[in-house]
Amino acid sequence: MLKIETWKLAVVGLLLALGVAFAAPNLLDEETAANLPDVLPNKQISLGLDLQGGSHILLEVEVGVVVEERLEALKDSIRAEMRKERIRYTGLRAGGTGVSVMIKDLGRAEKAYEIIRGLDVGFETDLGDNGSITMNLTEQALKERRIQAVDQSIEIVRRRIDPQGVKEPTITRQGEDRILLQVPGEDDPEQLKKLLGQTAKLTFHLLDHKNSVAEAMAGRIPPGSMLLPSIDEYDSAGRPRMYLLKKRVAVSGDTLVSASLGFDEANRPAVNFRLDALGGKKFADITRQNLGKPFAIVLDNKVLSAPTIQGIIPGGSGQITSGTFTTESAKELALLLSAGALPAPLTVLEERSVGPGLGQDSVEAGKIASMIGLAAVIVFMVIYYGRFGVFADVALITNMILIVAMLSAFGATLTLPGIAGIVLTIGMAVDANVLVFERIREELKTGRGVMSAVDNGYKRAFGTIIDANITTLIAATLLFAFGSGPVQGFAVTLAIGIISSMFTAIWVTRIQVVLWLRKTRPQTLRI
Amino acid sequence: MRIRLLPEHPDFGFLKRRMIFFAFSVILTAASIGLFLSKGLSYGIDFTGGIMIEVKTPEPNQIGDMRVKLKGLGLGSVELQEFGAPDDILIRIQAQEGGEKANAVAVKAVKEALGEGVEYRRTELVGPKVSDELFWNGVYAVVSAILAILVYIWFRFEWQFGLGAVVALSHDVISTIGIFSLMGLEFNLATVAAVLTIAGYSINDTVVVFDRVRENLRKYKTKPMEELLNESANETLSRTVMTSLTTMLALVALYFLGGEIIRDFAFAMIWGVLIGTYSSVCLAVPLLLHLGVERRSGEDEDKDSKIEQTA
Repeated sequence: MLKIETWKLAVVGLLLALGVAFAAPNLLDEETAANLPDVLPNKQISLGLDLQGGSHILLEVEVGVVVEERLEALKDSIRAEMRKERIRYTGLRAGGTGVSVMIKDLGRAEKAYEIIRGLDVGFETDLGDNGSITMNLTEQALKERRIQAVDQSIEIVRRRIDPQGVKEPTITRQGEDRILLQVPGEDDPEQLKKLLGQTAKLTFHLLDHKNSVAEAMAGRIPPGSMLLPSIDEYDSAGRPRMYLLKKRVAVSGDTLVSASLGFDEANRPAVNFRLDALGGKKFADITRQNLGKPFAIVLDNKVLSAPTIQGIIPGGSGQITSGTFTTESAKELALLLSAGALPAPLTVLEERSVGPGLGQDSVEAGKIASMIGLAAVIVFMVIYYGRFGVFADVALITNMILIVAMLSAFGATLTLPGIAGIVLTIGMAVDANVLVFERIREELKTGRGVMSAVDNGYKRAFGTIIDANITTLIAATLLFAFGSGPVQGFAVTLAIGIISSMFTAIWVTRIQVVLWLRKTRPQTLRI
Repeated sequence: MRIRLLPEHPDFGFLKRRMIFFAFSVILTAASIGLFLSKGLSYGIDFTGGIMIEVKTPEPNQIGDMRVKLKGLGLGSVELQEFGAPDDILIRIQAQEGGEKANAVAVKAVKEALGEGVEYRRTELVGPKVSDELFWNGVYAVVSAILAILVYIWFRFEWQFGLGAVVALSHDVISTIGIFSLMGLEFNLATVAAVLTIAGYSINDTVVVFDRVRENLRKYKTKPMEELLNESANETLSRTVMTSLTTMLALVALYFLGGEIIRDFAFAMIWGVLIGTYSSVCLAVPLLLHLGVERRSGEDEDKDSKIEQTA
């Protein structure tokens, strides 16, 4: 018993030294810790959003919209191609994950099939005997489209959030079609949600002059045209003013390279934008061919404004004005436009935000609770076990240092339930020691000598300690696997606490006990 | 100064009184299930979806005023409740018809209705999709934890021990749910974490006593089973009480000082430690008598001595 191999002592010593080293940066203030040389551990425990304040927003990308758009595009191309080839058809329909059409002229069905099949490679195309052609998106294409839409959304979200000047937002993919946005310090998610609530798809369209808006509003919308409401103009009855526009996109917002806050000649806020070379050329052509005609600027299916083309706009730069722009809203629109359009709308599935005040209060309360809990356990152990209680207390404090060290080193996030996990560990950490000490007591009662009682106590308690703690570890693992967010934080601290308490209770106390026994060689033991 | 919590050689008749314990536990479990079925649990928004907002008002006792403001919004059931201090108010709003989007609109409406000057301490919004997932994940977590623990004990001990432990464990989990139902405490994600931890703790406690039973089974080949079980419970009693006490000390500190948000969670754990300690000594061990534990030697001994050597 009195012999502990030197290498074991060395390993324990090394682990403790590492523990102290990794825990130490938490005593420094944030800046000092960050400026420590790279060779030293300089990571502090990162506090969860519930402790430092911040917003957590879980978003879902409405991938269905992307699929729908693709089907609509395919439908439009089929219509255009069939018209070009003068093939008569009927029942052109898009739905689910596919498009179907019926070729009237059976003799040319084969030809139509060849043309249609070449329109989009992501589809599986079938030709029926009766001239029906069905196209269905392949699993592969569907999956690719989803992944692409989510990736693209993450990128756009990043580009929209970054200019807000918030510190270290994290944007991560969750599952197949979700995005988790976590923004520390930001406790008003309304602003964030406002930024994410718009797809910000910008398009330019010519107005349909040949038909009347009134006719269209009565339900007779001419093919190739669409009826869209104005964003800020209202009729006498308070309903939004409607515009009849050509469906065809004259210039797409995809060609936009930058947008910024500007002012019009009357010094009202406006959005200046610039298109790339291709867009600029298109813009110049359109303006040349349609001088004097109105031209609609459409954002997310609402007409922002419909100015009359005054002259040819050659450089691809333009200005969007609207009666209701404020400096703020123009700036916001400029930001949305430069960041680019989301491929599909985002829905907020879950939102949790905590104000910095509450976070601070929680940290303080957690600190006090753990300090008092720790003090109570420490005092109680000494009263109950005397000298051995002191040994256990040293192990307990070491345990706390190791927990802090591991949380810092692994970059685990400490959450409010995490603090609860630590407090629970304080209470349970002494269990391994209690098991050993109670065993030693029993061995002493049977009349064994000090050395053999201690030796046997450790040996016989070991199996029990392992069994007892593995069950708690199982619970912690499952909490981690099935839990989300804060619950996982609790599971991590609980698991770390159990592992480190097994180590400290068995080794840190054992070494103390052995050193003490070697020094004093007591004949009797009071425990 | 040294204190002793228990006599030097405790000799409590746990086994003799087992029918009283069984009766008590059956009533407790039945009452819990009855409460759960009739009264149900007050699920938090994690599981039902909906909105929860904690605000700090510039002046205390604004609850009536706020209630009037929020009633006019037509958001269905709106509950207001003082949360700790008189200027701290917790607002709960039911999940809105129309899913995710309607919830977001409702949050905005509430913030507009309450106006300036109110500090938003905490805002939580859980849509129907997520709440449904969280609920089922919670159920899976609890069920799989119990199964995994059963399997572990089955491998380490014998099936009778596994069954005894799981009965005790289920008893603790069910009665915790019963207490939550009785007191109308909020059942949310944190509570599931607490329940699982209780499961871990309760088993931890049970395993220690079982370990001793197994050891004594090998040590005393002829001792009557009832006596042997009672002795095992008494021998480990000192440790059981001691660990429960230190854990309680820490949890009580958490309950009183850890803040309002963590209080129900701490309460669940305190209850769990109490009931877990009771069930391991008064339920799990006496159950072994009725499950028919066999005295065996040989292979088990080998298994154990191997572990001892690694120490």
